[in-house]
Amino acid sequence: MSYEPLLERMPTTKLPTFADREGVFGAERPRYAEEATFKIHGGCGLMGICDESGTHMSGEVAIRAMAVQRDRGNGLGGGYAGYGIYPEFPDHFCFHMMYHDIKAKEDAEAIFDRYFVVDLAEPMPTRAVKGISDAPLLWRYFLNPDPHKLEGTEMSPEDFIVHTVMLINSSVDGAFVASSGKNMGAFKGVGFPEEIGHYYLLEEYEGHTWVAHNRFPTNTPGWWGGAHPFTLLDWAIVHNGEISSYGINSRYLEAFGYKCTLGTDTEVAAYLFDLMLRRHKLPLELACKALASPLWSEIDRMPAEEQAVMRSLRAVYGPGMLNGPFAIVLGFNGGMVALNDRIKLRPLVAATQGTTVMVASEESAMREVLDAPDRVWMPNAGEPVIARVQGMDWPIHGDLHLSASEVSCAMTGVEESCETAVEVS
Amino acid sequence: MPISLIQPEYKVEIDYDKCHKCGRCVQQCGWGVYSFNERPIPDDSKCRACHRCVTYCPAHCITIRKNDLAYKENEHWNPGLRKAVWRQAESGGVMLTGMGNDKPYRNIFDHLVLDACQVTNPSIDPLREPMELRTYLGRKPDSVEVESDGNGGYRLAEGDDIARNIQLETPIIFSPMSYGSVSLNVHRSLAMAAQRLGTLMNTGEGGLHADLYPYADNVIVQVASGRFGVNPDYLNRGAAMEIKIGQGAKPGIGGHLPGEKINREVSETRMIPQGTDAISPAPHHDIYSIEDLRQLIYSLKEATGYKPVGVKIAAVHNVAAIASGIVRAGADYVYLDGFRGGTGAAPQIIRDHIGIPIEVAIAVVDQRLRDEGIRNQASIIAAGSIRSSADLAKAIALGADVCAIGSAALMALGCHLCQGCHTGSCSWGITTQKPELTRRIDPEWGAERLVNLVHAWSHELQEILGALGVNAVESLRGSRERLRAVGLDQQTCEILGVKPAGL
Repeated sequence: MSYEPLLERMPTTKLPTFADREGVFGAERPRYAEEATFKIHGGCGLMGICDESGTHMSGEVAIRAMAVQRDRGNGLGGGYAGYGIYPEFPDHFCFHMMYHDIKAKEDAEAIFDRYFVVDLAEPMPTRAVKGISDAPLLWRYFLNPDPHKLEGTEMSPEDFIVHTVMLINSSVDGAFVASSGKNMGAFKGVGFPEEIGHYYLLEEYEGHTWVAHNRFPTNTPGWWGGAHPFTLLDWAIVHNGEISSYGINSRYLEAFGYKCTLGTDTEVAAYLFDLMLRRHKLPLELACKALASPLWSEIDRMPAEEQAVMRSLRAVYGPGMLNGPFAIVLGFNGGMVALNDRIKLRPLVAATQGTTVMVASEESAMREVLDAPDRVWMPNAGEPVIARVQGMDWPIHGDLHLSASEVSCAMTGVEESCETAVEVS
Repeated sequence: MPISLIQPEYKVEIDYDKCHKCGRCVQQCGWGVYSFNERPIPDDSKCRACHRCVTYCPAHCITIRKNDLAYKENEHWNPGLRKAVWRQAESGGVMLTGMGNDKPYRNIFDHLVLDACQVTNPSIDPLREPMELRTYLGRKPDSVEVESDGNGGYRLAEGDDIARNIQLETPIIFSPMSYGSVSLNVHRSLAMAAQRLGTLMNTGEGGLHADLYPYADNVIVQVASGRFGVNPDYLNRGAAMEIKIGQGAKPGIGGHLPGEKINREVSETRMIPQGTDAISPAPHHDIYSIEDLRQLIYSLKEATGYKPVGVKIAAVHNVAAIASGIVRAGADYVYLDGFRGGTGAAPQIIRDHIGIPIEVAIAVVDQRLRDEGIRNQASIIAAGSIRSSADLAKAIALGADVCAIGSAALMALGCHLCQGCHTGSCSWGITTQKPELTRRIDPEWGAERLVNLVHAWSHELQEILGALGVNAVESLRGSRERLRAVGLDQQTCEILGVKPAGL
């Protein structure tokens, strides 16, 4: 039994109970992946803001935009992702971790210690906030893959990170990776979003892009890992709605080696973006068209060349098409994209003011945050709103590619393939 | 001794008080039930309960009843088994029958229920919103590669693979029924309906009559073990080609079309002498394993400038591995025929005891192809027997791309499932070549009824999609999360990949 990490935590959060944290009184550690094997239903609110000039803004902007949309959630989940927030570690991957207990932390850290060079490990700075309780152990790690270990795997650093995320989420009981990208981080938990924002001291961070989410789950006990945003590497996704095509979307992704451990629609959307943008190298506009396809009647009226592209996209990516009500904001290191479902069954409003692009579920958020918006509009169904920070390479997914052997391994069972892939070194 | 120990199955009762004595029943019955002596006199033993006479009697005075003889109670030796023994003791032959397996095996479709949206996601009203059923049949690439067109748009970088797919406006096609087993007017009806519906009919193994050449874009041409009617011209007259390996009603055995059905036109279409029996061998004698199948698939593609080639198999125990091999052999679609599938003629013992349910076959094949990462390489057509739009929706949710209907299509043309197809005396003019019977189907009338049926099921499928909150059929396809099982055992649920209701 080690009390050291616990003592380290004491100054910033309330003291957790020993039964919860030590597992010594017979309390069973949850396996987070298994905790949500059922589908999570819910409605939600969201926002995204990006200054295309690259000017940083305080996380307080995001908190204010969410506070006016409080009624879109029920206090069972809120979260944020900020980009450009770690200028002192721009080239490190930053793991935001949630641990159920110290054993989970030790297990996950064993993986970090073995395969990574960790340059800073520290508890997440937090403050006591009314309404926030029962937080897991929250830590962050600035790290890079151990070059020697990496060499043996024939993987790029990004591949290595993805494998580590999958490994921890699927096999380290009680540990959950909240985010894993460079110069970004996700801050989420159970509570109203403004409470969560204050809890994580977001006003002290400055980023060029923020996305945020307010959750209204209807049939699941809120748990910290299940809050939005959902992230993979630099990408963070927040989502309002229920994807009625979840069943086939997840089966489609499973065939590409993704493992839908959370049972959430949002995770599916994140994986689909990864598949289309990174692995299949589709332009963002076309990936959006595949996710929220135009109707056949519209495609039939397109010019021949465009029609051939759209017909192929629908025929090939049909199993990945997101059907049902949704509004999604995807943040990345260089901007954000917001997308509505194909017949606009969920609200999404957009606004611009100078170089700032903002989207939200409700116009109230724009009116709260923007002094004098140049334009406020309702994006059409399936029409993406895209904001890109000038001068930043896009899309930033680095040298990420899963090898052919990994893919074929993944066909027979993702969990095993992830483990063997990491163990290769 | 009596000639036969078997008593008639049905009793034909005529209310002579109402009877017009017009003799229409005599004229309508293909089985020769009626003779006429001042009034129609029925011979019960010939009746097959096809209801042709009942339907056409102007006085509505004919009733067909089950000849409900009491047999000594015996759950083990049911009357059907007793009659079969008597019949075979008389004939010494294999019992033949038509249509599909009628035994009371548990029907899995009837133990699956669909989901619907409530509150957290909205259902969609198909009367107000678009509800898309368009389906592409054939091989699809893993991904789409595009390049900039220089004007801010994109064009396909690697050719248009989907252009080789067949575009269907609804995920319902007609299943293969050969000219010879069914009449030319049935083929005409199917072809006309397929064209109007934007879907496909299938020649079956009897070739394509020259009259149907204009419908080439809506026809699958079949290549079966007898190779009837197969020539390069025939192959090029189809939108796709299909290698028939097996049939759900008679897996593992061949076919036999008696010489009486081979009239001049059938003979010309099948390219065999008039009046000779058309015998399809049980296997293809050039396909003794999967590598041989690959050669035939590519021979057909070479002969046609790479049109899609599908392979039809009966659903049998090892169907998943077989289907995987077929896809890897280069097939553009796999046609799975379940053990309830119909036939023009099959040994009853084969029809009723060989093969597995289509629901299971769809589930295991779809999952196997996904596990192997080749699901996109071929479409799955499911058949045998799809009885309603509910079966259709459930089959699609289990993983089928398209369903083929045969029995239901023939029922649209009047078939009453009397199971007498093999006799060649179909009173409804469907499974016969007798001119006085075949002319009973006006192709225009037949096509209209088929179009109506498919439209009706398509509308119902749209209603189901709307309730599920999706507006395109690809969002239901393989979405087993939208199915739940009621009253199926755990292992069957696992095989189907469907949770029990309540979970």
